[in-house]
Amino acid sequence: MPDALPKRTITLTVNGKEHSAETEDRYSLADFLRHGLGLTGTHLGCEHGVCGACTVLVDGQAVRGCLMLAVQAEGRQVVTIEGLANEDGTLSPLQAAFMDNHGLQCGFCTPGILTTLTAYLRDHPNAGEPELREALSGNICRCTGYDTIVRAALAAARTIREGAKA
Amino acid sequence: MKPAPFTYHRAETLAEAAEMAATLDNARLLSGGQSLMAMMNLRYVAVDHLIDLNPVAEIAGIAIDGGRVTLGAMTRQRAVLEDAALAACCPILREALGFVGHVQTRNRGTVGGSLAHLDPAAELPGLAALLEAEITLTGKDGARTLAMADFPQGYMTPDINPGEILTSLAFDLWPDGHGWDFREFAQRHGDFAMAGVGSLIALDAGGRIGRAAVVLIGVGDGPLRLRDVEDILTGEAPSDALFAAAAAMAAARPMSGDALVTETYRQHLSGVLVRRSLARACARATEAAHA
Repeated sequence: MPDALPKRTITLTVNGKEHSAETEDRYSLADFLRHGLGLTGTHLGCEHGVCGACTVLVDGQAVRGCLMLAVQAEGRQVVTIEGLANEDGTLSPLQAAFMDNHGLQCGFCTPGILTTLTAYLRDHPNAGEPELREALSGNICRCTGYDTIVRAALAAARTIREGAKA
Repeated sequence: MKPAPFTYHRAETLAEAAEMAATLDNARLLSGGQSLMAMMNLRYVAVDHLIDLNPVAEIAGIAIDGGRVTLGAMTRQRAVLEDAALAACCPILREALGFVGHVQTRNRGTVGGSLAHLDPAAELPGLAALLEAEITLTGKDGARTLAMADFPQGYMTPDINPGEILTSLAFDLWPDGHGWDFREFAQRHGDFAMAGVGSLIALDAGGRIGRAAVVLIGVGDGPLRLRDVEDILTGEAPSDALFAAAAAMAAARPMSGDALVTETYRQHLSGVLVRRSLARACARATEAAHA
């Protein structure tokens, strides 16, 4: 191994707060969030873009945190599971719907599913079940069988249509 | 699981990226990263230098001009999928892009990245073959353009020389009212297809097939244009018997087989997909003619 691995300091906004921190060039955004900033809500499952557990929002769009480098997030707005609740700490309509509908069991995949659906419902508040199942196709859950997740997403969509912020 | 160490280089302009590509040893270009980063995480690929093309705005964007479409290499797959003007003049793009990965990967994945990666089951190289696209590659000393037909040199091996950057894809539009269809078979939505097919059909004034293009993906080393099938379709009136003959011809091709999908199964799938795809594309063209 070389003595000095290529590193640099990056500045980005995570959940509304600006951070400057050092990262190795090769670190993924997901690893940087976990190890660099201590935001361990973002989970890493497969680390090759298949499972969706590491999904975070970058400039509002859902992306794989394991397939984007931390250095590529320089100057960007990142939102993680830790940033989804309302400012007063109450759950977002989506989070509340997951709780009410038993939309999670072990919870490992949940951060990626909530970030994915937060962006999707913001853009498609009228989505029905087929659209939501397709939107969820990039997130693997091994516990629920997806039915309660879809039920929660439909409930959240109703709440959002009634005027709550996603 | 981490990539082997490398030095990251952020290119701001195409000229800067070309200079880096010409001078850095053991370097790779990073576009959307939806295949390359996974391969680096798995350490199938190890590089000393990674040149990030994401900031290079001049090679991103969609232009439709005078019956010709140009897609910048760094155009996100999601942008192609959601572009209303493209969906109006070249509707097969939207239908096919819906099969490309998932929303999270389409948000980052690019047109050029998919072409340069050249996965045999990838939709974008299949579309480029179907639309007879031209690909432009730019290096430090200039640019060259080649036909998509000449681009694949073998399994996942595009004709890109060291130091060259794939900068755009361009193709001529089919006439208004043409029929289209794209479909594939995969075990789960968003997985790589075991076989896929794209079809374009233009009817003549008498309702016969004036022009046909059919491509298979996921069945060999690269996209497979079915010229023999196109020949038997041209000049004929659409019919179930014609589609069945086309399907039999497609299924007779030698195809790849692996531990999960045998050659026989791929041939069977290809025949079924071609038959259904042609029926749909012809129905859409007929519908447009009567609209």
